[in-house]
Amino acid sequence: MYATKYHKPGSVADAVAALGSAEDAKVLAGGQTLLPTMKQHLAAPSDLIDIRAIDGMSAISVSGDSVTIGAGTTHMDVAGSAAVQEAIPGLACLAAGIGDPHVRAMGTIGGSVANNDPAADYPAAVLGLGATVITNAREIAADDFFNGMFETALNEGEIITELQFPKAQSSGYSKFDNPASRYAIVGVFVAQTGGAVRVAVTGAGADGVHRHAGMEAALTADLSPAALDAVAVSADGLLSDVHASADYRAHLVKVMAKRAVAAMS
Amino acid sequence: MSDGIGARVARKEDKRFITGKGKYTDDIRMENQAYAAFVRSPHAHARVTGIDASAAEAMDGVIAVLNGQELTGDGIGNIICGWAVTSKDGSPMNMGAWSALATEKVRYVGDAVAVVIAETQALARLAAEAVDVAYEELTGVAFADAALAAGAPQIHDNAPGNLIYDWEIGDQAATDAAIAGAAHVTELQVTNNRLSPNPMEPRSAVATFDESEDHYTLYTTSQNPHVARLVLSAFYQVAPEHKLRVIAPDVGGGFGCKIYIYPEEITCLWASMKTGRSVKWTSDRTEAFMTDAHGRDHISTAKMGFDASGKIVGFGVDTIANFGAYMSLFSSAVPTYLYATLLSGQYNIANIHCNVRGVYTNTVPVDAYRGAGRPEACYLIERMLETAAREMGMDPADLRRKNFIDSFPHETPVIMTYDAGDFAGNMDKAQAAADVAGFAARKAEAAGRGKLRGLGYSAYIEACGIAPSAAVGSLGAGVGLWESAEVRVNPVGTIEVLTGSHSHGQGHETTFAQIVADRFDLPIENIQIVHGDTDKVQFGMGTYGSRSGAVGMSAIVKAMDKVEAKVKKIAAHVLEAAEDDIVIEGGEVKVAGTDKAMGWHEVGLSAYTAHNLPDGMEPGLKEGAFYDPVNFTFPAGCYIAEVEVDPETGVTEIVQFTAADDFGNIINPMIVEGQVHGGVAQGIGQAMLEQVVYDHTGQLITGSYMDYAMPRADDVPSYTIEHNTTVCPNNPLGIKGCGEAGAIGAPPAVINAITDAIGTNDLQMPATSQAVWTAIQAAKTPMAAE
Repeated sequence: MYATKYHKPGSVADAVAALGSAEDAKVLAGGQTLLPTMKQHLAAPSDLIDIRAIDGMSAISVSGDSVTIGAGTTHMDVAGSAAVQEAIPGLACLAAGIGDPHVRAMGTIGGSVANNDPAADYPAAVLGLGATVITNAREIAADDFFNGMFETALNEGEIITELQFPKAQSSGYSKFDNPASRYAIVGVFVAQTGGAVRVAVTGAGADGVHRHAGMEAALTADLSPAALDAVAVSADGLLSDVHASADYRAHLVKVMAKRAVAAMS
Repeated sequence: MSDGIGARVARKEDKRFITGKGKYTDDIRMENQAYAAFVRSPHAHARVTGIDASAAEAMDGVIAVLNGQELTGDGIGNIICGWAVTSKDGSPMNMGAWSALATEKVRYVGDAVAVVIAETQALARLAAEAVDVAYEELTGVAFADAALAAGAPQIHDNAPGNLIYDWEIGDQAATDAAIAGAAHVTELQVTNNRLSPNPMEPRSAVATFDESEDHYTLYTTSQNPHVARLVLSAFYQVAPEHKLRVIAPDVGGGFGCKIYIYPEEITCLWASMKTGRSVKWTSDRTEAFMTDAHGRDHISTAKMGFDASGKIVGFGVDTIANFGAYMSLFSSAVPTYLYATLLSGQYNIANIHCNVRGVYTNTVPVDAYRGAGRPEACYLIERMLETAAREMGMDPADLRRKNFIDSFPHETPVIMTYDAGDFAGNMDKAQAAADVAGFAARKAEAAGRGKLRGLGYSAYIEACGIAPSAAVGSLGAGVGLWESAEVRVNPVGTIEVLTGSHSHGQGHETTFAQIVADRFDLPIENIQIVHGDTDKVQFGMGTYGSRSGAVGMSAIVKAMDKVEAKVKKIAAHVLEAAEDDIVIEGGEVKVAGTDKAMGWHEVGLSAYTAHNLPDGMEPGLKEGAFYDPVNFTFPAGCYIAEVEVDPETGVTEIVQFTAADDFGNIINPMIVEGQVHGGVAQGIGQAMLEQVVYDHTGQLITGSYMDYAMPRADDVPSYTIEHNTTVCPNNPLGIKGCGEAGAIGAPPAVINAITDAIGTNDLQMPATSQAVWTAIQAAKTPMAAE
């Protein structure tokens, strides 16, 4: 790892200030991607702004129709939260399946969403549930947030503080693990909110997480696995790598979508 | 004796390992220690046109930046392959020059070009990044068949067409004729996938040059420190043997890849002399993927002919073996004498012929990895048998039984003489334990859940306990493959056993102590096993090829024979009895049938006080022995895998795995079971998960655990383990060895089970979910069904 300067601000304002004053600073949330990348000399931030100690950064609260999760909340805390399990079981289930216990104990929801790894789980929940990304500066709808692989709508110096999820009537997530990394080769999150069904696919797309209009239409009309039989999933625009071809991924998208629907609660 | 042969003694060494007190090479801290970091080629194939180290040398704390010109200029020799294999036309193998630091050309991604020595590890790595190497890129080639093709890049000037050797064994004309006249011929092309060994502890070296003594000390992660000293001295000219001490302290797994002497150890020794500092290097995991010798990587085309009754009449094989960019220490022997000599499997086959072409590619060197050649042979034969049974409409177990060798000794047409075995008995035990009779019902039940259930066999045999020195010498080996031991009884009666075997996970400190406890009827706590240090142990050939039991322990037995004889002489003299009447039991040395006895420790004391020894007897109680085996040993067994495939995704679960092994006599059943568990897990890893991927030009794609899939606990089942023992007639303990069996026997059992489940033979390793799903889809199409 190259030398770096570590900061531990006590407030969002201090964090934003620290981020702005350094030459090439990075926010350290859970560090489960950033730190291995730094150890491999693939990233060399001049400063690390550790936001985990900021008051309220890891709170989970439930209001009438939404669940708000602090950006610094670990995957383990989301998975284990009775409030999340009750309000959005699909989200708790997704968090429980991220990485391994070490990763879940350290990794955070805000870090995962800000990083927007194309094979990460959380972007599927954020997009599938139509969540709102709340930053120090503004609120961003999920549909406007993810801009392709590792790209988001976040501006320079902008920090995610909370994720606000609507309480879905039902939701489900099904993931096909990469046998090596245990990231998603394909992960599909399905949520019914109001009358509509949203389907978000992670792991498969060359441009990262995306919704699937055909499956959404079919499931909005008939929320059952069989409703997906007639939906075509194209391999165009899907990733192809040593683990899975685009064709295999396209096939898995449908299979995982069916399993997510079957698992909805 | 509760801690003797056959007892499930808890491993003595585990206290220090599980409490974090093991002392590994990276734990060694020398005074005045500096750190090495290597400048490595990012290119698979390139000319080195210049090295500008000025920026690195200017960094505060950088001690030196050294390169290959300086290394060869100081007379450090090229790295060699120690087994000379001759082509069928009589020409010697084409060994290309391999300098520890490349001088003119780099030949794989990770090839070392220069080394930085600095005050800290972090600084050394930063400085290595600052070394500016100018390359003229050349086209690279990663796959063995492509490297043989016309117009392929030329990797070593002295190996035209990248061919290392074109070797054969067996009678081609007779084999071809037998197959031509066969009632049925099964043909198959199989690849044996390329694997990264991945020991938990990465390679490491700490080298110290003592100028006042003109003496070197090397701590390193080695499976054979004496062999390391021998080649470092005799071939690499680092220092003469008496001026070089090699210590392999606790070593965290090897699986073969720590047999060899790598550029890093040589460079650290030389750099220590150049800089006057102790020099430490420890590989990180990325370097391990790039530079640890890989395993396997064969492409084989085979034909097996059967008569109308199902008897095998001939087996013809053509194999291309990928050697990587340079010939590693034992590389030449792996696809020849450790592979083709096992192609008879457990079967009585009159005619076998195998041709092997060894090929250079722009990839890391390939050498022995757990099983080494024998997994390749077993996989090929056992897939042939299963495929043939399906083609002929026979039960695969019955086809095997029809062809089993059932009398011993049995000489195969590929120069092995099997000494003992009970192949049908192994299969009986495996079939009973696996409840093969109930498989049809289980398959039907699984079908009700939408799963495809399949069952696959593997009847493996391997040649272990390598090896008779004269025999391997006649086949080109540069060393003898005996083992040595020394048994020292101290004046207080405790015992130290010095062995040339090396334990890096095998549990020698326990197993070896058990045979001593058994022989002298002493508590195991009173026995210490010493290994891994060339200053303590006179010589040894190390641990690989499942040889530490059959060869290493046999040497200990020979030394114990001598100790026992002297103990009896002393006791007979003191107790005034005949030597033949002396017995050793219960911590005493007694005159049988009388109450005359002396304590075991009193014999030790008598030997060292020498106040009352028989006339002419030397004082002391210490005996050494060298043991040279008279034959290989032949562990064999029958494995049965049962799998369930999800046809929707290709996801395959091993729902049952049964191993019935014949390892000969067993010293510690618990340790043996652990070896089977680990070996089978590695075999399952090869069959379903592991694959080193290079692109066709030689860029490494699977450079980390993000892409290289190791088996984890939830990828493997709980195993059912059975033993069917026939005693090895050729060594004093009657043991055969168990270290590699699982890795040899498991892959074909798993693949045979999957192909049984999905109804197509068109499947290569690793059978990932994608591969299985693709095979299912291909089998559904009219073309594939034709």
